Amino acid sequence: MLHTFVAYVEDRPGVLTRVASLFRRLNININSLTVGRSERAGLSRLTLVCEASAEAGHRIRASLYKLENIVDVDDIAHAPSVTRELALIKVAATPQNRSKIFDLVEVFRARIVDLAPESLMIELTGVESKIEGLIQVLNEGDEKILEICRSGKMTMRRGHHTSSVLKALGAVEDEAKEETKEEDAAGEPE
Amino acid sequence: MGKAAKTQEPTNLPTRLTGAEIMWATLVGEGVTDVFGYPGGAILPVYDALRKFPIHHILVRHEQGAAHMADGYARASGKVGVAIATSGPGATNLVTGIATAMLDSIPIVCITGNVSSKLLGSDAFQEVDITGITLPVTKHNFLINRAEDVAPAIRYAFQIAQAGRPGPVLVDITKDAQQGTAEFDFAAAKPRPHRPHPMLNVEEHGLAEAAELIRNAKRPVILAGHGIIESGAEEQVYSLAERAQIPVALTLLGLGAFPASHKLNLGMMGMHGESWVNQAIQEADLLIACGMRFDDRVTGTLSTYATKAKKIHIEVDPSEVNKNVNVDVALMGDLREVLELLLPRISSGHGGRDGSAWIKTIEASKGEVAVRDIKNLPDSGHLYAAHVINDIWRMTGGNAILVTDVGQHQMWAAQYYHQEHSRGLITSGGLGTMGFALPAAIGAKFACPEKEVWVIAGDGGFQMTAAELSTIVQEGIKINIAIINNGYLGMVRQWQEFFYERNYAATPLVSPDFVKLADAHGLKGLAVRTRAEVAPAVEQARSAPGTFLLNFMVEKEDSVYPMIPAGSSLHEMIRRPGK
Repeated sequence: MLHTFVAYVEDRPGVLTRVASLFRRLNININSLTVGRSERAGLSRLTLVCEASAEAGHRIRASLYKLENIVDVDDIAHAPSVTRELALIKVAATPQNRSKIFDLVEVFRARIVDLAPESLMIELTGVESKIEGLIQVLNEGDEKILEICRSGKMTMRRGHHTSSVLKALGAVEDEAKEETKEEDAAGEPE
Repeated sequence: MGKAAKTQEPTNLPTRLTGAEIMWATLVGEGVTDVFGYPGGAILPVYDALRKFPIHHILVRHEQGAAHMADGYARASGKVGVAIATSGPGATNLVTGIATAMLDSIPIVCITGNVSSKLLGSDAFQEVDITGITLPVTKHNFLINRAEDVAPAIRYAFQIAQAGRPGPVLVDITKDAQQGTAEFDFAAAKPRPHRPHPMLNVEEHGLAEAAELIRNAKRPVILAGHGIIESGAEEQVYSLAERAQIPVALTLLGLGAFPASHKLNLGMMGMHGESWVNQAIQEADLLIACGMRFDDRVTGTLSTYATKAKKIHIEVDPSEVNKNVNVDVALMGDLREVLELLLPRISSGHGGRDGSAWIKTIEASKGEVAVRDIKNLPDSGHLYAAHVINDIWRMTGGNAILVTDVGQHQMWAAQYYHQEHSRGLITSGGLGTMGFALPAAIGAKFACPEKEVWVIAGDGGFQMTAAELSTIVQEGIKINIAIINNGYLGMVRQWQEFFYERNYAATPLVSPDFVKLADAHGLKGLAVRTRAEVAPAVEQARSAPGTFLLNFMVEKEDSVYPMIPAGSSLHEMIRRPGK
C-alpha cells in the first residue's frame, strides 16, 4: 500500500541522507519527497510517500524516530487529510496553437506562468490524478510536452491536530513571537 | 542506563582550550579513565594534548582492535567504551568494530580525526567520509569542524550511546577544530535531556492483559535476552520467574542474565540450543520475551515458530516489536521499569497452574540427551573442545569473564561454560565478528582488572587479531587464552559437512605454532593434546603471573550439536550422535 509520512526534522546538513538511507536499507523506493521550512524555527517539514506492505508502517515510523535529528513522525495512512502537488509543465506552443492550450488550462484551473515565442509554461496545483489528467490530455493532443517538474506530494491532516510530541515542544505562537521581537530589534523592514 | 560513569567537573583548567584539549577534558568529565587508540596525522593535536589529562591510553595494533576493546570494556563494565583513530584508513579500520557494537547494542564512542575543514570532500591525503560510511552502523554520528562544538558533541554522543537501546556513536573532528581554541565549560555543554522514543508505551490495559496471560498460562516460558543486562533487570526477571515458577530460556547474549545453576534455567535457545529448550518453546502456550528481538538464529522458520503460544514482548526499541514475530501484548519500555510495574500484578505461586507439572514435562524431555553429553563420556583418547571448556568452567567456578570469538568454540562455550553472572560472557552475537575475542578481552580486563579473564578462540579467528598480543605485552596485563585448534574454520567446515557434501573448500587452515608465537611476544604458553592434560594446563595458566596461552589441539572434525539447520523449524534439529 501507499504510505504517507509527515515528519519534522532538524534543519541541518546530512539529515536528509539519514532519512533516505533508512529507506534504502529497507529496500523501499521513495515515490516522492518534499521538504521545506515549517512553522517551527530550526525544523523542516517533509512529506514522504512510499510503497510498502501495510505492516511496514509501524516499523518505518519507529525506525524514523530512532534517528536523532527526527523530531516528529506522523503516519497519515487513512487519516482525513489534504494532499496537494504542484506541477510546472512546459509545452511547445506557437502563437497559432496557443488558444487550444489556454482552453485546457481554463478547464483544469491551471495558470500560464511563462509565455515565450515557441513555448509556454503551465502551473498546476492539485491532487495527483488532476496533474496526471492534464499531462494525459496534453499528450493525447498535438502539443509536445518539453519538460515536467513535479513537487511531489505535500500532505496535511484536516482539523485541529497537533501530535503529542510537537505539543511537548511547546506552542508555535511563542516561538513566532520571539522571532518577531528579534526582527523588531534588528529593525528590519517587513 | 543508570550505570553511566559518574560525571565530574574537570578542575584546574584554564577556560580557553584547544579543541584537542577540550576533547580530553570532556572525556575526563564523562568519567573516562581508559581509551583505546592509534595515532596518525589528522589526530595528532589530540595525541599531543593527551599528557595533560588523567586518562590512560592503550596503544592497539590495529584500529579494529581499538573498537573491539572499547566494546569489551563496555560489555564488562556497563560504562561507555572509547576508541580513538586517525582519519582515512584509521577510521575505516574501526568500521567492523562499530558494526559489531551496533548489532549487539553496545555503548561505545569512537573519535576520529579528519583533515582540516577546508579540505573536506577534496580527496586530501587520508581523507575519507567516515560519517557517511558509518551512518548505517552507528546510532548517530557527528562531523565537528569548530573547537566550540567539540564538548557539546562528545557529551551528546555519550548520552546517545547509553540512552534507550544503547549503541555506538562516532564523533569525527577535523584537524582545524582540534587546533582551534574555544571557551571550555563542561556544564554548559550538557545536552538537552534525552527524549525517550515517542512510541514507547506501557499502558494499564497492556499490563493487565500481560498479567492475565501469565496467570492463565499452563506452559509459560520466559525468553531472556541481552536487554536484561543492558537494562539492569536481572533481579526483576529473577523475581518474575521465581514468583510465577516460569522456566527461563536464554539467548546467546542473554547468558548470565539468569543464573545457570538455577533450577528454572533451561539453557540457551535457538540454532545450537539444547533440544529440551527449543521443544519447550515449541510446546509453550505463553512466551514472555524480555529484552530479546526474535533473531533468526533464535526462531528458525518463523511460520512454525511457537505456534501454540501467546506472546508478550517487553522491548525498549519499538521498531523491534512485530518485526519477526507478531505478538499479542507489546509492552514498549525499559525492561526494568516495565517489570517493576508488572511484578506487583503477579501473585506468588502460580494461580491454578500446576507449575511443577510443566517443569517436570520439560525435565522428562531431556531424556537421555544429558547422559549422552560428551562431557559425561569416558576418556576415549580424543580431546574434544567440550572437555576443554567444561574444565575451564569447573576450575574457574563459573566466575571468570569469558570472551569468545565466533564459530564452533563460541557455541561450545555457550553450552559448556555455565554462566552464573551477568556480564560474564562477552561474545559477538549479532554481527558474528571473527577476531573479536582477543581485543574484547583486553577491553574487559581494563574494565575489570580484578576479574579473571579468559579468551576462548578458534585457530581461525585468533589469527585475525593476534597482533594484539603485543598490546597485552606493552600493557603488562594478565589474560588467559585458550585456542581451540582444530585445523579448520570449524563452523564453516561443519556446514560444508552437513549441507555441502563435505566439500571442504577453503576451510583447512594452516596456523603458526601458537605457543612459539606467544614465546616470540615474551609470553608463556603450552600445547595440550590429551584430556588428562587439560586440567593441569588450565591450572598452570591461571596461576601464571602473566598472560598465558594454551593451544588445545582438539578433534579436527567435531561438530556442534544439536543444530537447527538455517530455515528449519525449532523442532527439526540435528541431534547429537552417539559417540
